[in-house]
Amino acid sequence: KMHLSYSPLPNVMETAFYFEQAGVGLSMDENYHIFLALKQLVSMQPIQTCRFWGKILGLEMNYIVAEVEYREGEEEEETEEEEVIEEGGKEGSEEEDEEKEDEPPKSTYKSPPVVPKEENRTGTNKFIYFVCNEPGKPWVKLPPVTPVQIVAARKIKKFFTGRLDAPIVSYPPFPGNEANYLRAQIARISAGTQISPLGFYQFGEEEGDEEEEGGAGRDTYEENPDFETISVMELVDSLSNWVHHVQNILMQGRCSWINPSQKSEEEEEEGEEEEKAEEPDEPQPEVGPPLLTPLSEDAEIQNIPPWTSQLSTNLVPQYAIAVLQSNLWPGAYSYAIGKKFDNIYLGWGHKYSPDNYSPSMPPPVQTEYPSGPEITEMNDPTVEEEQALKAAQEEALAAAEEMDEMEEEEDEDEDD
Amino acid sequence: MDAESLPYALDLVAGSGAGLSSEKRAALRASLLLLRRDYRFERVRFWGRIQGIRGPYYIAEGLGGDRAGPRSRLYSLNCVEWSLLPPATEEMITQTAGLKGRFQGDPSYEYDPTEKKGEENERIYEEEGGPMIKEEIRLVAIIDQIDKAVGIVPRGAFVKTPLGPVHENRNFEGLSLTEAKKLNSYFHFTEPVNLKNRTLLQKADLDPSIDFLDSLEHDIPKAPLLFQSWVLLPHSALAMHLSPDPQQLWPFLSWTPSTLLSQPFQPEASLPSQDRASLEQRLSKLRGSWSIQLERGGSLVVLRSLLWPGLTFYHVPMTKQYGYIYVGTGEKNIDLPFML
Repeated sequence: KMHLSYSPLPNVMETAFYFEQAGVGLSMDENYHIFLALKQLVSMQPIQTCRFWGKILGLEMNYIVAEVEYREGEEEEETEEEEVIEEGGKEGSEEEDEEKEDEPPKSTYKSPPVVPKEENRTGTNKFIYFVCNEPGKPWVKLPPVTPVQIVAARKIKKFFTGRLDAPIVSYPPFPGNEANYLRAQIARISAGTQISPLGFYQFGEEEGDEEEEGGAGRDTYEENPDFETISVMELVDSLSNWVHHVQNILMQGRCSWINPSQKSEEEEEEGEEEEKAEEPDEPQPEVGPPLLTPLSEDAEIQNIPPWTSQLSTNLVPQYAIAVLQSNLWPGAYSYAIGKKFDNIYLGWGHKYSPDNYSPSMPPPVQTEYPSGPEITEMNDPTVEEEQALKAAQEEALAAAEEMDEMEEEEDEDEDD
Repeated sequence: MDAESLPYALDLVAGSGAGLSSEKRAALRASLLLLRRDYRFERVRFWGRIQGIRGPYYIAEGLGGDRAGPRSRLYSLNCVEWSLLPPATEEMITQTAGLKGRFQGDPSYEYDPTEKKGEENERIYEEEGGPMIKEEIRLVAIIDQIDKAVGIVPRGAFVKTPLGPVHENRNFEGLSLTEAKKLNSYFHFTEPVNLKNRTLLQKADLDPSIDFLDSLEHDIPKAPLLFQSWVLLPHSALAMHLSPDPQQLWPFLSWTPSTLLSQPFQPEASLPSQDRASLEQRLSKLRGSWSIQLERGGSLVVLRSLLWPGLTFYHVPMTKQYGYIYVGTGEKNIDLPFML
């Protein structure tokens, strides 16, 4: 028996209609094609919720992005994890073979611990994203994003080519290919621009404990059954009527801060008891704005407000909808009317910056051991110099003996 | 895009994500017609929309008999009432060259150029006096720059008559699919710069009646050269390898640090072989500052400018339909060399 009452398929045409009022969106044909493509995605994968996230333009081809949540327990296991750095293992085996021979001292350098990525369904990996180049082409699942990738994505600015396996050649080097860069940008855009009217979402029942490990804030929300709609005029006038419903990403690249130098769970438990006596080298936990922060708290971009709000029409205000455009991520739009709202991204996938992009400078040259007499090479003394020195020392010794004899004679004289 | 084909054409460029609401479309259909009647234009085009912080500007332009002659541009805040913009002059362009940031959305907003750092700017403005620049002037300058830089037409769509004026080519039936995918089938519709620099051999293949404009092939940044310079030293090396035309180089130079390295280097040696192979493969497909895509199964060619993001040009091969529209913030993408 088919359950027609609930379907994870979003009503793309309805969303497209509202966005069209705002002057935003793709053609109706393309919207319908995307609608059908999402229907195919929903039928092929065990999906709980699905949303048309947006379209990212590329040089050769574009990306249609769908935001998806799997049903409980239906998640596929991680089959392959790309190992970016395999050289460490190979070097180790080679060195063992040469152990018998003399070898230079091994480097005691240990790379800083890698920040672990967030679990699926939490933080930046809360949703799974599928992309396709055109509606009708097969959907490809994007890999989960790691904090290293987000940190690197913040430092580079590259166009997408449209091919997921394209390498990203950049400085600082991006750990991954275009699929990873795309996923990182999607995560950043979602964290910065997915908004909803105030009150639509609320936190679940409090779980009591405020002193959680690492100070992680609440990261789940649920729909508020008692949501009172905000009038469109109020939504347009004041940014505090909108809230972010995606967690902010910290500098570390995750939504919840973690101390990367803590190793196993056992050690963490011991660490909690000794929390008060922290080593001075311990990194400070990062704190970001909590979930459901209103937009009025968003930072301005050099005197430009972070969001531009408009009514869709001034001629028929009773049926107008409230439209917000992000100035920080050009291409991110949101609309709301009554209980309906949605977000979409249509653009190239880059952040706006009034200043030019400057790639990071290479790290400074490492300092050498300070020069001093103990390591400065000096010439060995020549034979002549040694002999001269020896002669001089003998003279001095002879002179000293004479002095002693004379003093003794004087003493003897004085005694008389 | 021409006012007559506006509703149909808007659908074709909607792939870039920006369009017009039904209210604006209805308003435009009527008001563009009225503009044509009032100003006695032969053709009226909807040029595009520049998004300001507080509101958008809708831009229209009208042409007289000579399509290559001076065009009148008008702006509106609501697609109903239009105001004529003054024609762009060199002075305006130099005045507004230093202005950065978004448009405000208010045409009478005044910019204060003396706020900008840099002794050069201050000296120039002090000499001219009257430092405050109205947003209207900036609007004029930006529209002119965008149009000159990326306003394109297909090859063969316009023909230069022996007497001088340029008219639409009534025999133009559209580019073929193979031609449509090549950059040299599109011309900048502005005074040609590179035309005279072509070798005699290249000029032999040209038809003077239709090849009187610059094609897109020679648009900088030229991708292969860029990549070689980019690999080792991004900003300093970039300046050395780009085209020597100072006018086109200036925007990219304005942010380079004062200490430019002057010795040459070998970029090939710096990349491992696999990266180099994939880079070359990628380079062969890159076209510098344009992205060409075939949509709708090959029945529509869309060119998007990377230098002025928001400019979308469409052409339906083997038909006379083509046009372009600019929907964006009115800012140049100066980071383009890094992003390729």
